[in-house]
Formats: sequence, structure tokens, C-alpha cells
Amino acid sequence: MGSSTAIRVEGLSKTFDTAAVLHDLSLDVRAGELLALLGPSGSGKTTLLRIIAGLDFPDRGRIIFGADDATRVPVQERAVGFVFQHYALFKHMSVAENIAYGLNARKRADRPAKAEIKRRVGDLLDLIKLSGFADRYPSQLSGGQRQRIALARALAVEPRVLLLDEPFGALDAQVRKDLRRWLREIHDRTGQTTIFVTHDQDEALELSDRVAVLSKGRLEQIGTPDEVQENPVSSTVLKFLGDTIEVEAIAQGSEVRVNGRLTPVKAPPGLVGPVKLYARPWQLQFAEPGQAHLEGHVRSSYRSQGRQRIEVDRPEGKTVVVEASDTHRLAAGRPVGLTINAGYVFKD
Amino acid sequence: MSSALATRPPARAGSVVTEGLAVRALLIGIAVVFLALFLVLPLVTVFIQAFAKGWSAYLAAFTEADARSAIRLTLLTAAIAVPFNLVFGIMASWAVAKFEFRGKNLLVTLIDLPFSVSPVVSGLIYVLVFGAQGLLGPWLLAHDIQIIFAVPGIVLATIFVTFPFVARQLIPLMQEQGTAEEEAALTLGASGWHAFRTVTLPNIRWGLLYSVLLCNARAMGEFGAVSVVSGHIRGLTNTLPLHVEILYNEYNFVASFAVASLLAGLALVTLLVKSLLEWRFSAEIAAGARGH
Repeated sequence: MGSSTAIRVEGLSKTFDTAAVLHDLSLDVRAGELLALLGPSGSGKTTLLRIIAGLDFPDRGRIIFGADDATRVPVQERAVGFVFQHYALFKHMSVAENIAYGLNARKRADRPAKAEIKRRVGDLLDLIKLSGFADRYPSQLSGGQRQRIALARALAVEPRVLLLDEPFGALDAQVRKDLRRWLREIHDRTGQTTIFVTHDQDEALELSDRVAVLSKGRLEQIGTPDEVQENPVSSTVLKFLGDTIEVEAIAQGSEVRVNGRLTPVKAPPGLVGPVKLYARPWQLQFAEPGQAHLEGHVRSSYRSQGRQRIEVDRPEGKTVVVEASDTHRLAAGRPVGLTINAGYVFKD
Repeated sequence: MSSALATRPPARAGSVVTEGLAVRALLIGIAVVFLALFLVLPLVTVFIQAFAKGWSAYLAAFTEADARSAIRLTLLTAAIAVPFNLVFGIMASWAVAKFEFRGKNLLVTLIDLPFSVSPVVSGLIYVLVFGAQGLLGPWLLAHDIQIIFAVPGIVLATIFVTFPFVARQLIPLMQEQGTAEEEAALTLGASGWHAFRTVTLPNIRWGLLYSVLLCNARAMGEFGAVSVVSGHIRGLTNTLPLHVEILYNEYNFVASFAVASLLAGLALVTLLVKSLLEWRFSAEIAAGARGH
């Protein structure tokens, strides 16, 4: 992958009314990469995308495209392709007219000839595998087809960067999965620098080259899906990337103890005293009560997709979900112990 | 569910909200009789009276010079007031529907004002502002500009009264459509004007046509406000509705009803086209209709 910077976001701040949505946010987008902006609702991810597009303007900070400061460049001149969550297709235009819109909107001198536009529309329809649909209208298409048309329309103007705002958010689960794979294929084929916004961890981790995790208007972490999963920089990132079990622990040197028992988890240098240990459901193991880090009673268990998920009530009143491949079922009410095999330690 | 409930035969076939035959017949009957008495009968009377002395008398009512000048003035007034309110209505609804700003609710209330004020009061306002004894009266007099008891006053009063039609129709329609399509057009490189022409306008065209139709019907039929500012100068400042009144007051019933039949005809055509639009483009108009 090319590592030159396509877009640089520098110290971006944005306030709506009195609520700050972006705080001094900086990040680099590499040329040709597929970057996911991942965060819960209200994390500022859509605002960031809209500012990059030129649909919103920051209070402070800069947007740099290549070598040019684009912060005050109007949206029309930024050459971005934007795909909206609800497609925003032009209802009164056919599929072909929708895709050709950006080319037809150009000034006469820059506008390709009619035949050339027709050819480009045809190529794009092939790319999105909707060749026979040129004369249909958006109302005659399914949600997934509409979103593919919206993507073709954005690609038609040969944008510098493709921006997708929750592109699969309005689609049902199966279509969403198909479209994800399909978007990855398109990206691999076109090499188009692409940023997409999502609140779905799976989507971000499956699709992207890198993930930027946003929380409360700040960038928590940016890295490959492996990096953010293996080395989350904060409990926020960790919690947002999947289910976690949170346990009180004591750090001493690099050793971490839970209920006085040593765990295999190492504390980062400088972290001492009471800390929080976070483990994924599959990082716990059942053990005999009295010899484990945690104890509790089985509340219930269920099986899903080849895994057993067991809910355990802990004495303090918290319920944790443990994942195991064990095929034997644990009866409800049975006392169990839980051993921590791995995890992450943070101050909070 | 208890079996007692399930085995009991239904009291009536059909939906639970359906009334018995007698009640239905009564309600429908009342509605039909009421409509016949208060709408159809007067309308038929207009045409019967108009043709009471035959075709030639009917046509004579329009060939007369005063009648022709009233028709001309009415057409002129509508030709100015309707396009003005069309442009204003689009601008106002664009501003209200697509932007957030302070005082937005106040603006919406102000747009509605002509609907809630009596037309006579609307006319009086113009007399108080532009009349000889009015606020700007001396200045206008000094510059030899006549507004009240002249055509400009009639146009102004008509504009005021028909002010809300287009905006009221378009604001909810545009609000429902949101700004995503316009934003899409802008990201694709379209200028604001190009996006407006190719995206916004086509999206509101049927709602717009519908509202222009209603606006026009009102502009041509307005009586109260125009009556106050017109001065009733025959051949000069009489619109069709005023002409009807004058003829009626002179006991010239045939001519009066003949001219009235013209307005009634306009109303019927408006109703027909309105129904056609509603039937054909109900979804695009509904958003606006709900706002009334």
C-alpha cells in the first residue's frame, strides 16, 4: 500500500450551538487506503466526514488535500465523492441520468461529449453489476441497488477521495454483508482512497485497511484492525470493539492480581495500585471454585454459532458473559470459578 | 383467549369501526343534502340566472366596456400577484425548510398572517399606509404617485391576501424532502443554482403547480381587501368580483350573474385541475396539504 498522505486533518474543532462535537482532532489518510471512522453515535464521525467533504466547515483547524489547504474550498471544487446513508438519489431522474449528473453539471468546456458520458455511465453500471438498469428509476430499485447506484454516481466524477456516511446503515443484515464484500472488491479494483463512517465494529474491522476509533469528538486510536484489537490504547477503544468483562485488580510492578491471585496479564510500566482489568469473553476459563480469580453462580447458558455463552452472576451483583467451546452444559445455579487467561489493564 | 369469546358469532360482518346501515345512510344523507343545499343549488342558480334572458343577454354582459375592463384588470392583477407570490413563496420555503436561523418560527407565523386577518382589515392597512391621510400619503401625493383607489393598491392588496398559498404548500414539502439531494448535487460539482434547477425544482413541481392554482383562484376572486382599496371606479379600478357587486346593486341581475358565472367557472376548472393533480401526484402534494 502506498503510504503517501492523501488527506491531512489538522487540529479540527467544531461546535454546534453550544455542544462541541470535535475537539482538536488530527489524523492522516493515506493514498489508496480504505479507512473506517468508527465510533458510537455522537462521537463526531459524521461531522468529521462532512467537514472533509466541504458540507460543513470547522471552527478551527485545517483540511489538507495532497499539498493544498482545502479548508475554505467550496464543496463543488473539492472533487469528493459522497455517498449518503439514505442514498439521496435524484428521484425524478433515471439511473443513467443519476450517474451522469456530475458530468452534466460541469461547465461546457470541461464537459465530456455525450457519447463519452454514455460510455462512462455504461462502464460504471458494469462495475456495479447493474448493466440492464440504466433506464429504471430509483423507486423501482431495492435499497442495496440504490446504494450501488449512489456509489457509481459518486465515482463518475473521478473524485480524489470517496466518502461514505454509514453506507449500509439503512439496509437489512444479509444485503449489508453482501455489499460490504462488494465494496471491498470495488476498492481493491479501483484503488480509490476511501473513508467510510460506521458505528458497526464488525463492518469496520472486516472492511478497512485502518480503523480510526472516535469517541466524544476525539480520536482515540488509529491503526490496522489487528493493531487496534491487539493493542487498544484505552478502555474506551477496548470496550467499543467488543464485549468485555471488567474486573477490579491490583498492579504491582508488572504483576496484576485479582482477588489476591496472580494473573498472566502484565501491567504496562508506571501503572501501579488499584487498576481495572478487562477481558474478552473468550479470555476466561472455567475452573473449580476456590482456585480461580473470580467466582459466581451460573445464571443461564445458550448456544450461538458453535459457541457456548454462559452468563455467570458474580457475588458483587454483576453478571458476566463467558464464551467457551465446551460442549458440556453447566446447570443453572451451579457455583463456578473463572480463571483469567489474558486481558488488558488500564487505570480506568 | 377464552373460548366463550371465540365462539360468539360476530355481531356484524366487516370492520369493528363500521356503523349499522341506518346510521351510515343517515350520515351520508345529511352530508349530501347539506352539500346540495349550500353548494350545488347556489352554483346552479348562478348559471340559471345568468342565462335567464338567453345567450345574447349573457354574452352582452361581457362585451360591455366596463365588464371587459374588469376582466382585463383581474387578469393583470393575477398576472402580477401570482408570479410575485410564486417567487416569494419558493424563497421563503427554501429559507425555512433548508436552513436553521433565529426567528424562524416568527417568519412562519408572519407568512400565515394574511390567512388569519380579515381581508377588509388587510385592505384598510393599505389605505392607512398609502392613502391620502395615511402614513406615506403626503409624500406620495407630492410625487404624484397614486396607490389607493388605483391599480397599484389593488395589486398590493391581492398580493397580501394571496401571500401564504405557495409558501404554506411548499414549506412542509421541502422539510420532508430534506437537504440530502441538494448536498449530493453539490458534492458532484453542481453550482447552487444548477442544483436548485435540476434537483429542488423538479422535486417540488407538482406541489408548486397545485399551490399556484389555488393562489390564482384566490387572486382572481378576492373581494374584501380589493373592495376597500379600489374605490369602485367603473372601467378603471373594478375587478370582476367588484363588477359583480355593482351590477347586482343596480338590479342588473342577468349581467351580474353572467359575470359571476365566469368566476364560478374559474372555480370549477380550478377544482377539476386540483383534483386531477391530487389524484395523480397525491404523495408529492400530501406533505403540503397536511400543513394546512
